[in-house]
Amino acid sequence: MTPDILAALEAAKAAKRPVALLTRLTDGAQFLWPGAEVPEALAEAAAEALREDAAANLTLEGAAWFIHPHNPPLRLIVVGAVHIAQALVPMAQTVGFAVTVVDPRRAWATADRFPGITLIHEWSDDAVAALAPDSRTAVVTLTHDPKLDDPGLDVALKSDCFYIGALGSRRTHAKRVARLQEMGHGEAAIARIHAPVGLNIEAVTAPEIALSILAEIVAARRGAALSRRPVLAA
Amino acid sequence: MSDSEDVLATAAAWRAAGETVALATVVETWGSSPRPAGSRLAVSASGRLAGSVSGGCIEGAVADAAKQTMASGAPQLLDFGISDERAWEVGLACGGKLKVFVEKLS
Repeated sequence: MTPDILAALEAAKAAKRPVALLTRLTDGAQFLWPGAEVPEALAEAAAEALREDAAANLTLEGAAWFIHPHNPPLRLIVVGAVHIAQALVPMAQTVGFAVTVVDPRRAWATADRFPGITLIHEWSDDAVAALAPDSRTAVVTLTHDPKLDDPGLDVALKSDCFYIGALGSRRTHAKRVARLQEMGHGEAAIARIHAPVGLNIEAVTAPEIALSILAEIVAARRGAALSRRPVLAA
Repeated sequence: MSDSEDVLATAAAWRAAGETVALATVVETWGSSPRPAGSRLAVSASGRLAGSVSGGCIEGAVADAAKQTMASGAPQLLDFGISDERAWEVGLACGGKLKVFVEKLS
């Protein structure tokens, strides 16, 4: 790998710009797409690899090529700078997410509680709308307070983010569903919300709840077939 | 593949510090390979390792090949699998097959 290619890969990462590294395995020649003039078949394979976020192989004129997509990190938007968020944020970073925490309450969303994390001190609708969630974004609301959580959920439901989770018991969620219906959201949209949030691992502590949420986000991302465990009869 | 482990950044940092570095990348897998295509292992001349290309089965063999590539500058395409006797030597216990591309950071 030449210093130019390495520098360009690092620059694309810093700019959060998707780029595919194309390597001819017979001699190690490398190109970056978009950027380099490459045969149409390679450009198409590079575009698809970036779209699917999956590496690919291609044989062109007798030579084997490796198509290696380098996408910007997945994003996680956390509404609520609460205790569970403090546990969730570093775990999500370890898994590879770029994390943003939204909470208008400055006493909670402090650099002291969330070192090095982007904090947005705005109401969740404005903040989530500005962050423009896309198909590589997960949104989770943790404040447990309708006036802080609901506006963010409203915006998330109108986006094509791949995961929406909302903290709260079944009873809390039933009330939330009624409010979201009043806001005009249909049954299919509301069914996108994972609530109670997280996989059922009988989590008790804040880090355990964070782990169950993160596991559910990964499962959604990877398309894992999960069945919710039935509630056991007493 | 979002490379959360950021092996490339580690390799770049070693290179910037004046080390000779080779990069190994999984380019194709069959069967039950533990690491998907795109997974990377960086190897430095002083013997430092970052990342992985398997569950630990073939890292030793890949590191040896990386040293050859560091010396010669020539890239290599390594083939590990059931049909390859070397896979038994290095112990590809997972039963998978994979190809690993090894290149020098010039």
